[in-house]
Amino acid sequence: MKNKAKEKFTKQVFSRPRSLLDVSTHYCPGCHHGIAHRILAETIDHFDLREKTIGVAPVGCAVLMYDYFDVDFVEAPHGRAPAVATGVKRAQPDRFVFTYQGDGDLAAIGTSEIIHAANRGENLTVLFINNTTYGMTGGQMAPTTMLGQKTSTSPYGRDFRNDGYPIRIAEMLATLEGTAFSARVATSTPAQIRKAKEAVKKAFDMQIRGMGFSIVEILSTCPTNWGMKPLDAQKRVLGEMSGYYPLGVYKERKQADFA
Amino acid sequence: MTPEPVGIKRELMKGNVAICAGAIAAGCRFYYGYPITPQNDIPEYLSAHLPPIGGTFLQAESEVATINYLLGTSASGKRVMTSSSGPGISLMQEGLSYMAGSELPAVIVNISRSGPGLGGIAPSQGDYFQATKCGGHGGYRMPVLAPHSVQEMYSLTMLAFDLADKYRNPVMILGDAVIGQMKEPFVPTSYVSTVPEEKPWSLTGCAGRPRRIIKSLHLKDDEIEAHNWKLHRKYMTMREEEVRSEPTHLEGAGIVIVAFGTAARVSKTAIQWARAEGLPVGMLRPVTLFPFPSREVDEAVSRADAVLVIEMNTGQMLEDVLISTRHHDKIRFLGKPCAIPTPEEILQEIRSLAGEIGVKAGNVR
Amino acid sequence: MPGTAPLPKGRIEIDFERCKACELCIPACPKNCIEMGTGTNRQGFAAAVFARPGDCTGCAVCAECCPDVCIQVWR
Repeated sequence: MKNKAKEKFTKQVFSRPRSLLDVSTHYCPGCHHGIAHRILAETIDHFDLREKTIGVAPVGCAVLMYDYFDVDFVEAPHGRAPAVATGVKRAQPDRFVFTYQGDGDLAAIGTSEIIHAANRGENLTVLFINNTTYGMTGGQMAPTTMLGQKTSTSPYGRDFRNDGYPIRIAEMLATLEGTAFSARVATSTPAQIRKAKEAVKKAFDMQIRGMGFSIVEILSTCPTNWGMKPLDAQKRVLGEMSGYYPLGVYKERKQADFA
Repeated sequence: MTPEPVGIKRELMKGNVAICAGAIAAGCRFYYGYPITPQNDIPEYLSAHLPPIGGTFLQAESEVATINYLLGTSASGKRVMTSSSGPGISLMQEGLSYMAGSELPAVIVNISRSGPGLGGIAPSQGDYFQATKCGGHGGYRMPVLAPHSVQEMYSLTMLAFDLADKYRNPVMILGDAVIGQMKEPFVPTSYVSTVPEEKPWSLTGCAGRPRRIIKSLHLKDDEIEAHNWKLHRKYMTMREEEVRSEPTHLEGAGIVIVAFGTAARVSKTAIQWARAEGLPVGMLRPVTLFPFPSREVDEAVSRADAVLVIEMNTGQMLEDVLISTRHHDKIRFLGKPCAIPTPEEILQEIRSLAGEIGVKAGNVR
Repeated sequence: MPGTAPLPKGRIEIDFERCKACELCIPACPKNCIEMGTGTNRQGFAAAVFARPGDCTGCAVCAECCPDVCIQVWR
């Protein structure tokens, strides 16, 4: 009976996206980088951009992403991906350029670069992975770390008196004129993954149409450094994190300001 | 003034602007920068002159961002330049280390000012160590060219682009406020490229070829060690092939000055006066500070009776001179940190040196 | 015909060696077709297995949720 079933289901409806190399990744079990990577690769394929894309890798867990994508990649110093991407896009305006950054990379050391890339309306796309911690370096407090969240550098829980407040990037960048698209999504339920993919598609489309700067903030899990099982980590995203970081589209420019 | 051969077109231009002319002549069409005295003429000029020729000028939010724009445009295979002064160059150090590690070409201009810290806007040669030993992490090196005239601001910039592409490495022009902000005539010679134009390593989108990665991270064991030795071989080749220096009345000079940039420029006047007094003085002027002209320095020092190292700092190139020769006893130092030595001061030093080594005025060979 | 189970409308294959046993696919499957296996793969993980193929509808939600792209789906 089993092999008969095999002949019956011959239409493959889900497979690895062409832009994603068939290799295992270094990411921890249940880490949402993997989902974000697949969404990114699927969107590159959707717009048939693989051969015209230059990716800019951050410093953080995703620094090794260039080993996973069949796309030209340059590695940026910590926090400087938006600046490197600016250099690439200005040199090659007809190429598709994106950065992929974690919250330590973008929201801490790279805040100046991301704000100014957005404010210049740099025609590039940023995928921003917010997992409220520095993953690669072992779970330190990040600007997005929640109040009360224990990390390796906030062992008593983040206290605003000492460490200030978690920073909401998607809303902040939405206030800048240069920003064409800014949204926050999550990937902790199948429905969220679908919406996340739609948002990434919209962001890509903005760049393709030359509408200016686009960013998608993706609430993600870091099971290892949160000290949680992957499924429980997703509950944290759905609960506490989504409360403080509301999902939604914070800016969506209708038509370009310039030709 | 030597009579001007008929037909040679000369231009009167500021040193800073001559750098722009040299860059444009060398095909550079991308410039990123940030305001800082005393180099502002460069972004100002290029913001006006690049767009009309299809070039890109972009003022960055910081020098940290600037060097990373450079990294991105260089990774795209385009010639690209930035300029700054000490404090800005300090902010670029990490980026320079990344570019050296990723083997990316670019031209970085430092129109030096006084330091450390905010220091001042007076000229200085206090950035010698930072430039030649490289202020970023990891032990990379960089060719450093030191102009002492507006002509060299123009011609060494053209050379810098070729060296950058030849070695896939950042190259620095180390000027200072004097040469940057003074005007003098120079001959805008035409640019002749010595390197191939296409860059098979650049990131242009992997149509019809395997994807390329430009990075400086090497995590697999002994990969980073091998990479360091590869870079080391590159720097050794620079030492073999790219040393440039200029002798002035070096033959038979009992007293030899070793100086670069503005200090060397001023010394030329002092040498004229001293030789008019019959004092046998000449100069060796390093044009490349890295690779340092060690052999030439050693030869000059061994033949000389006394050596005077002159710098607009408290002694930095002095160390490279000391490394280049064992005749330390002959070497004297005249330092003017954050100030311009006058020909009179240098002449005075030459006279006292001459007295010390018992050279009588008048028997100049 | 009493008790006949609905015929499957699709099937999946889980890459046994690549799975990191993160379990995200298990609650994702609306028909609860997947569970953690007992065999350990080369990485040392007890990979997920397609335990109840009979209930699979080929909806591919499991594949959408897998961070390591271990699941292929056919209909």
